[in-house]
Amino acid sequence: MIRVVLPAHLRNLAHVDGEVTVELEREPTLGAVLDALEAQFPVLQGTIRDHVTQKRRSFVRFYACEEDLSHESPDAPLPEAVATGAEPFLVVGAMAGG
Amino acid sequence: MSGVRVLVGTRKGAFILTSDGKRDKWDVTGPHFGGWEIYHLKGSPADPNRIYVSQSTSWFGQLIQRSNDGGKTWEAVGNKFVYDGVPGTHQWYDGTPHPWEFKRVWHLEPSLTDPDAVYAGVEDAALFQTTDGGQTWEEMPGLRGHDSGPHWSPGAGGLCLHTIILDPRNPSRIVIAISAAGAFRSDDRGKTWRPINRGLRSEGIPNPTAEVGHCVHHIAMHPSRPDVLFMQKHWDVMRSDDAGSSWREVSGNLPTDFGFAIDVHAHEQETVYVVPIKSDSEHYPPDGKLRVYRSRSGGEEWEPLAKGLPQKDCYVNVLRDAMAVDRLDSCGIYFGTTGGQVYASSDSGDNWKAIVHDLPAVVSVEVQTLP
Repeated sequence: MIRVVLPAHLRNLAHVDGEVTVELEREPTLGAVLDALEAQFPVLQGTIRDHVTQKRRSFVRFYACEEDLSHESPDAPLPEAVATGAEPFLVVGAMAGG
Repeated sequence: MSGVRVLVGTRKGAFILTSDGKRDKWDVTGPHFGGWEIYHLKGSPADPNRIYVSQSTSWFGQLIQRSNDGGKTWEAVGNKFVYDGVPGTHQWYDGTPHPWEFKRVWHLEPSLTDPDAVYAGVEDAALFQTTDGGQTWEEMPGLRGHDSGPHWSPGAGGLCLHTIILDPRNPSRIVIAISAAGAFRSDDRGKTWRPINRGLRSEGIPNPTAEVGHCVHHIAMHPSRPDVLFMQKHWDVMRSDDAGSSWREVSGNLPTDFGFAIDVHAHEQETVYVVPIKSDSEHYPPDGKLRVYRSRSGGEEWEPLAKGLPQKDCYVNVLRDAMAVDRLDSCGIYFGTTGGQVYASSDSGDNWKAIVHDLPAVVSVEVQTLP
């Protein structure tokens, strides 16, 4: 089980409060978490990653365990603490004013 | 008793204002989708309770929301806008090639007859359509595939397809406008397109009378006379009597012919409204006085309408999709400002009042006349 914290706008879209959890059926990587998240909440498709290229939208960041994972490969394993559910995976809207 | 529903898109959410036929007291709901930019929302002429919304931010991209109950509840539908084939390039501001990239939906135009069918004008400029109530969207590639497509370049607001006009007498005919490519018309339901910019003159492009490259800001049509089109161009107010095949300037005695919004009275085919804006860099009314100008002669002769509008220290803008009319017997005119006011007149523009004062900056205003 992976714990995921979404920014407020995406929580509203997904009609959830607080953290969400996703179950992975494969190795816990960055891409696997995003795939599972979008499968569980289809409304999030296109809001975190581009529909076609699957690239992270430029104003979205990924943090975990006080580290910035935004530029990690989709195949990069998640930190152990995230994979075990001890720490959440954070999807963050970049600080950009507005 | 009949009523009116005003659909307001703002920089930070959507608002719905409703009133009975007197248009005296207004009920306001919103913000719907608070914090998101709402470039446009529009109801289906075939089913007024079906409303489509373009919701976007730079952070999380594009969403389309749909209501089946007049805006009480909403459902996110499809948001996958993918260009047909290999997108290629258009011209960037400096004339260099720039890849076509989807940014947002500027305008949603529901079908006149089918609540599930909608056209979407997007940035970078292209026309998409859905026939399943917004679940899936497909590009109509004939427009962007026009020979001139690689030469289109953006206006200051981006390379946006912002105007879609459906001809109520001829379902095969669609007119669209792009900043800063110009106006185009299809006579075969959107399969093929031709530029309709003859008569336009724009000093900011190498050839002022070029076939494409004009910064058309908005076009309006009276539904009972679809061959007559009125255009607010970057500079110049224009008129066509042949569905855009040729245009002539009708700016006449306007204090400035720069502006964004333009619309036509619901019952008087020759009565046209614009909101003159000082210049292309000074996006506010001349002299700090917010005035709508009305022509009752299809252009050339214009009269200022100021009663009830601020006539001192007013420096707001009125954007291209932020003016609309209702179809009640005494025609109502509505427009929203970047200062967050929505002004309404229930007597064809003679008298105005703000029906809301303090919304976020208004991007679009549409009106539904309810039975």
